[in-house]
Amino acid sequence: MAWPRFDAASDDTPAAGGGLLTRRAFLKGAAALGAGAAISVEAADAHLTGALPSQKAPGRSFSGYGQPSAFEKDVQRTIVELYGATAPGNGQSFTPLHLLRGIITPSGLHFERHHHGVAEIDPKQHRLFVHGLVKHPLKFTVDRLLRYPMVTRTLFLECARNSSRNAQPEPVQATCGELHGLVSCSEWTGVPLGILLEEAGIDAKAKWVVAQGADAASLTRSIPIDPAMDDAIVALWQNGERLRPEQGYPMRLVLPGLESCIGVKWLHRVKVTDVPAYSREEVAEGADLLPEGKSRLFHFAMGVKSVITQPSPGWSLHGRGFYEIAGLAWSGADRIAKVEISADGGKTWAPAELQEPVLSKSFTRFRLAWNWNGAPAVLMSRATDQRGQTQPARTAWLQQYGAGQRRHYNAVQAWQVESDGTLRNVHL
Amino acid sequence: MFIFRVLPLALIAALMTDGADAAGPKLGQAAGDIEIAVVDIDIAPDGDGLPKGKGTVADGVEVYMEKCASCHGSRGEGGSASALTGGIGSLTTNAPVKTVGSYWPYATALFDYVRRAMPYDKPMTLTNDETWAVTTYVLWLNGVIGRTDVMNAQTLPKVRMPNRDGFIDGRDGRPK
Repeated sequence: MAWPRFDAASDDTPAAGGGLLTRRAFLKGAAALGAGAAISVEAADAHLTGALPSQKAPGRSFSGYGQPSAFEKDVQRTIVELYGATAPGNGQSFTPLHLLRGIITPSGLHFERHHHGVAEIDPKQHRLFVHGLVKHPLKFTVDRLLRYPMVTRTLFLECARNSSRNAQPEPVQATCGELHGLVSCSEWTGVPLGILLEEAGIDAKAKWVVAQGADAASLTRSIPIDPAMDDAIVALWQNGERLRPEQGYPMRLVLPGLESCIGVKWLHRVKVTDVPAYSREEVAEGADLLPEGKSRLFHFAMGVKSVITQPSPGWSLHGRGFYEIAGLAWSGADRIAKVEISADGGKTWAPAELQEPVLSKSFTRFRLAWNWNGAPAVLMSRATDQRGQTQPARTAWLQQYGAGQRRHYNAVQAWQVESDGTLRNVHL
Repeated sequence: MFIFRVLPLALIAALMTDGADAAGPKLGQAAGDIEIAVVDIDIAPDGDGLPKGKGTVADGVEVYMEKCASCHGSRGEGGSASALTGGIGSLTTNAPVKTVGSYWPYATALFDYVRRAMPYDKPMTLTNDETWAVTTYVLWLNGVIGRTDVMNAQTLPKVRMPNRDGFIDGRDGRPK
């Protein structure tokens, strides 16, 4: 797919090496594009000649639920089934990050991670139980939960195994979405879990909640009591509509800034406990491998991270000249403070423009003008959050972990731009 | 004028239908012991939640060969699904093999997982007795217990898993 280019302007202000420009220069370059083409037609009824097919007949009628343009049919999640026909519902689908702009992931393109397929649940039959170390064990119908005061937050959800193929020794060649698309960002609306826990009356001994889904895995994960009480959401709505089945309809947990693995979908019960469950999912899938062979459990907070989505593998550049570099940055700790971009493999860096709104624990869109001179280049982005955490270089990330670690990969991504305009994944 | 008279009546009617709860929060209904008992299926590391019954290796062979072996291999070596045995010494390599024997810190999680999630195509069909049997057999396959050991709610939490000391709590001192 060709990435749009602007022809321009020679007196631009460099922001860093490799052709990175200040934002002002880019706008000037874009303006230059408009000049030049002027057509003069004075023939009679020229409008008949120029009319487009879409202007000459009424379009189709209304629809109850709109769909993307037929011309966008290739914008799809990439599906990876881990065990093939043995377990067709165990795997992931990756958000095509490189084909999207803005910060909201369309609900139908939100990444998926299922262990036992997508549960289809009749909301009238569904109950949420709150029990365990509580004074009053409670159950909630969906209808009753829908009457609760709700909060709305724009939050990213990221699988702890996102980008894990970059932890492998050799760079895997795949699109940006296939490498990094186990992260998505939605506007989530739901009931604060803390309200439900307070109504049940949690015991002083409470240290964890064990959340379980009503899917065929009965997926079970433990969550510390602090985030459960502070900002966990029992989400019923996503991007203005009720949750998609793939996202846990009729309700799921959303834990701002924490790995989405503990955001249990098809949420069926929340049990207050004094110890974690040490369930298969949190042990066998949910622990970090450290260099000496030990494993770190309960590392939930997602690190600061960014990736250039345009251009990236999946796109190609058609000729030298102006392009807008764009990407996404996010942090599980706070808002993004800055994103720096390099076009020369990390020798020099320039600050990207952060597109408002810049929200805590959400995607932030960044962009910067770039005048590509047609020579090989290496594009990189490096995010820093408001807590002062900066995205690590790949070598620094690797040093923290054992060789088999595939979780919480948040190192700087480098895209090699070849002189023919193609892009590929490289390790720097 | 008509509208002004009808709206308040509609609101009053709506409020009266759920009078016990009034408006706003506290809409959860009391959940009874039996209702909770049938959904409260997770097993804690200390064995809390384990049902009555017991498993032996001899019982386990039968259930395992019928319901597990076709995907996990007749001795847990793996097949179309993951290996359940082996992997000891692999955790520092580029290709760690995390099995019950090489990785899991608590044997209770095996009972918990098998009962709620296995077999993959028919989860929640194993009885407690079948789950005890399979749990016992898989622990024996891993060399964690002896051939004549019996697993029950008292013995299972006491099983010492090989990687029991292999975990640290990531809520402290995690990497940035």
